[in-house]
Amino acid sequence: MKTQNVIQVEGLTKMFGDFTAVNAITFEVKKGEIFGFLGANGAGKTTAMKMLIGISSPTSGLAKVAGFDVYKETESIKKNIGYMSQKFALYDDLTVKENITFFGGIYGLSKKQINQKRSELVEELGLVDVTNSLVSSLPLGWKQKLAFSVSLIHNPKIVFLDEPTGGVDPITRRQFWEMIYNAAHKGTTIFVTTHYMDEAEYCDRVSIMVNGKIEALDTPKKLKEQYKTDSMNDVFLKLARG
Amino acid sequence: MKRFVGFIKKEFYHIFRDRRSLFILFGMPVAQILLFGFAITNEINNVDIAVLDQAKDATSKEIINKIAASKHFSIIDIIEQESSIEAIFKKGKVKAVLQFDNNFGSNLIKYQQTTVQILIDATDPNMANTINNYITAILKNYQSDINDNVTLNYQIIPKSRMVYNAELKSVYMFVPGVMTVILMLVSAMMTSISITREKEQGTMEILLVSPLKPFQVIIGKVFPYIFLSVINALVIVLLSIFIFNVPVNGSFILLGFESVLFIITSLALGILISTISATQQTAMMISLMGLMLPTILLSGFIFPISSMPLPLQVISNIIPAKWFIIIVKGIMLKGVGIGFILKETLILVVMTMVFIGISVKKYKIRLE
Ligand SMILES: Nc1ncnc2c1ncn2[C@@H]1O[C@H](COP(=O)(O)OP(=O)(O)OP(=O)(O)O)[C@@H](O)[C@H]1O
Ligand SMILES: [Mg+2]
Repeated sequence: MKTQNVIQVEGLTKMFGDFTAVNAITFEVKKGEIFGFLGANGAGKTTAMKMLIGISSPTSGLAKVAGFDVYKETESIKKNIGYMSQKFALYDDLTVKENITFFGGIYGLSKKQINQKRSELVEELGLVDVTNSLVSSLPLGWKQKLAFSVSLIHNPKIVFLDEPTGGVDPITRRQFWEMIYNAAHKGTTIFVTTHYMDEAEYCDRVSIMVNGKIEALDTPKKLKEQYKTDSMNDVFLKLARG
Repeated sequence: MKRFVGFIKKEFYHIFRDRRSLFILFGMPVAQILLFGFAITNEINNVDIAVLDQAKDATSKEIINKIAASKHFSIIDIIEQESSIEAIFKKGKVKAVLQFDNNFGSNLIKYQQTTVQILIDATDPNMANTINNYITAILKNYQSDINDNVTLNYQIIPKSRMVYNAELKSVYMFVPGVMTVILMLVSAMMTSISITREKEQGTMEILLVSPLKPFQVIIGKVFPYIFLSVINALVIVLLSIFIFNVPVNGSFILLGFESVLFIITSLALGILISTISATQQTAMMISLMGLMLPTILLSGFIFPISSMPLPLQVISNIIPAKWFIIIVKGIMLKGVGIGFILKETLILVVMTMVFIGISVKKYKIRLE
């Protein structure tokens, strides 16, 4: 089977006034891949991601997501992707059940599909006892897992995760990555940003962004060889120091 | 459509689970009405009045006795000439003067019909209204007493005249004013806060990444407020009718349509505010300072526009509330039809379109 690129980016650039937040980045992501998008604070990860998901228009460059153009076909892109933002973004004043129902609804799922999804989902996440509790009462780790599951509710081709594990304890992070693996296993492409270098090791390929530019892009193994070290953390430090 | 229903449902959860929204939505109108209700007394006791009896006949004497016997009034002065009426009002103690002219009793016998002049100091308009109602009731009572055992039908017709404030301004003015302020508050402030809340929480981004179109998101957010505002308008009108006896002389349907128009104007303003503010705090400040304050001060609600300095009079023209108050006053108090308020209606329509236009433009820019 021929591997197919679901994300194709060429010279994508975003400027805010004179400031270049994303500087001519070029890469592609294959179907079913877990693609780690690394970079220090302010490197431009979120900005790049927002262009790919169609809520920020690029200053220049080309990009196709799920085969659709980010300039002209954002509506089609939106139907094919899931997104979990850097900021936790479910409704705190709605219950677990109401959140799932709402997001299922705006993605056009039928009532039956929503009910089915919901029971699957709360079962998987171990949230059966709290389905009718407000989301605000859940611990952060649970919220994050719920948000991830909600971003997958419509079976998108690609899911964009912006620092999904920020501020979460190591055990929950572990579980989170298991969920990511599961989704990837089912054929969903994962585009994920993170600050944790141990998580970079779980990715199929990673790119490292420094000041708006992609400075390195390969499998974790090859990057470590190239920079002659045995941890991604060292690779990252070497690059970031320039 | 199904998506829309789900969206509205979620919006109602937000509203009903937030004490602050609940208070503004349901507490505010009731609080306002109660405030005015307490400030204005409907019960009167021992109000000082004067009598000018030029007839001095049996009937006039009987009526005067009846009034003197009532616990609501005490007659503190008997005056002899019409010319002293003004002086006695100016002293301020006497709130009403009852005037029987020369042929009061003789007219009643000759034509079975006669009139009493009631002059009332209307500086406190609600009080004036109440005094008028009480005196009229006493006269009616007396009239049915004398008609009891006779075949003829005698009529004593009260002719009331308000002095100093002939239109009974404040009572009737406050209803359109309160209605305007509440609708503005609910529609503009609440929607701008509710939209910026989604921005602040980051959920707006999630909505924009979903297949929902930006305008669908906005419509979904404002729709519940249209509904709640209409209910609020209805509650205010009903309370005014039943508590304050404010008449609705014109068409209810027209009043309804005009209210919906003003609600949409306010919603458009709310959306506009939400496009220029990033946080709920900012949205609230802009709504209060930029909308509520001018609405209360410059719309003619509290200060009559005609007595404002010229620059403020000019500015008042861009306050949507000014036009809505004219419309409501026209329909409720004067009973006019659409023909008389066409200009004001059109001004509101144009304003609304301008606000929506700017919002659409701003909204697009924000998404870049
Ligand atoms: N709307 C904006 N206007 C101006 N500058 C912006 C805007 N959004 C982001 N920036 C700037 O662009 C740069 C990249 O920001 P971005 O949020 O993409 O970084 P990031 O890699 O996601 O960082 P973090 O790890 O902190 O999330 C930052 O310097 C930021 O200040
Ligand atoms: Mg970021």
